[in-house]
Amino acid sequence: MAEKISNKSVLLNPFSKNNPVIVQVLGICSVLAVTAKLEPAIVMGLSVIAVLAFSNVIISLIRSTIPTNIRIIVQLVVVAGLVVIVDQLLKAYAYDVSKQLSVFIGLIITNCILMGRLEAFAMGNKPWPSFLDGIGNGIGYTIILVITGFFREFLGSGTLLGYQVVPQWCYDHGYANNGLMILPPMALIVVAVVIWVHRSSHKELQED
Amino acid sequence: MSVNKQSVSYTIIYIVVLVVVVAAALAGVSIALTPRQNENADADKMKQILASVHIVPDADVVTDFNRYITAQAVVNVAGDIIGDDAFSINVAEQSKIADLSERKLPVYMCTLSDGSEKYIIPVYGAGLWGPIWGYVAIDSDGSTVYGAYFAHQGETPGLGAEIEKPAFSGQFESKHLFKDGRFMPVTVVKAGQKPAGDEDYVDGVSGGTITSKGVGEMLQNCISPYEAYLNSLRNK
Repeated sequence: MAEKISNKSVLLNPFSKNNPVIVQVLGICSVLAVTAKLEPAIVMGLSVIAVLAFSNVIISLIRSTIPTNIRIIVQLVVVAGLVVIVDQLLKAYAYDVSKQLSVFIGLIITNCILMGRLEAFAMGNKPWPSFLDGIGNGIGYTIILVITGFFREFLGSGTLLGYQVVPQWCYDHGYANNGLMILPPMALIVVAVVIWVHRSSHKELQED
Repeated sequence: MSVNKQSVSYTIIYIVVLVVVVAAALAGVSIALTPRQNENADADKMKQILASVHIVPDADVVTDFNRYITAQAVVNVAGDIIGDDAFSINVAEQSKIADLSERKLPVYMCTLSDGSEKYIIPVYGAGLWGPIWGYVAIDSDGSTVYGAYFAHQGETPGLGAEIEKPAFSGQFESKHLFKDGRFMPVTVVKAGQKPAGDEDYVDGVSGGTITSKGVGEMLQNCISPYEAYLNSLRNK
């Protein structure tokens, strides 16, 4: 099956038709955690793209040597190693960003998308398609993070990337930020709305 | 390959080799990057100290730090100076020592461009999810708060994390640590409420109650030992 899919669709499918968050429904946990503001959502997305692409490649390279009964542990070791390296690099070269994201970077290890893609794709495919699969799924994840982060920061704090976008006269005339938007439950509802909009425009994804 | 990949010995050797390789890679990365990370951490600490006196340093933090921070001191609970290297004191460790007379208390003396002197006290405590810390700058009268800076490791964005915003830390300006000659650090209360005593207070962050309480406890725990030292400034 894997050989029939072209590299292009391996890269592009996860953007929409096979999106990891809204179609495969993986990685919901971290979507709740990091989308209260747009900026951490973006950096988290970039970090996941990097970790996912490289762990996919590494697992794909050693896939024929991995003993089946410990393959999950092997995947975890590789992912955990990469996450720590990303964290160290951010601390050395992007200290401010790493300070903001300190706990979230560690959360990448528990991101279901990583294990899901390693199991479902990298274990059975060559390194280059695996790399593209990692990039594609990472971008698909980032798209959802950014959409959710946009609405939550805009409606919850009246800002975008920290800049005030809701003008002061709105507040003067009785507009108030929706405090519920920055609490985790609203992330679920925003993601649900995204899924609803997405499903209604993709009939083939609808279930009975 | 003729190796039986499902055998126990292959599995054990495989995982040992893998772990050793990953550990070596991590150790290498850590050794290569640690000096840079420490530099960043020091520069960041200097930036935070300067933030409490409303100075936003230019590109070179170290130069600005040395220009404004004219002296450092380490004092004890009796107010005596016992050292001069405040920067290397680990405030996190010191804040956990229950016996106040054992604590080493760092102070940074800052001379602003208008010649006025400020005394900066580092504070450290616990929020909801992890550590919170900050720096409180006090006027040379030993009582009036000139500015405050707070930071946190992992408080909830939009809720507890609001303590790092000027909207919260700015409330501390012009509050007094001494009221009618009695020493009472500023407390943090729920918006709209008043503290039990008549000490100065600021409003906590709504939705960030535990973090706000943490700030109050942090100030209580970390500023109280300075009472004697601040008193000596007051009577100077």
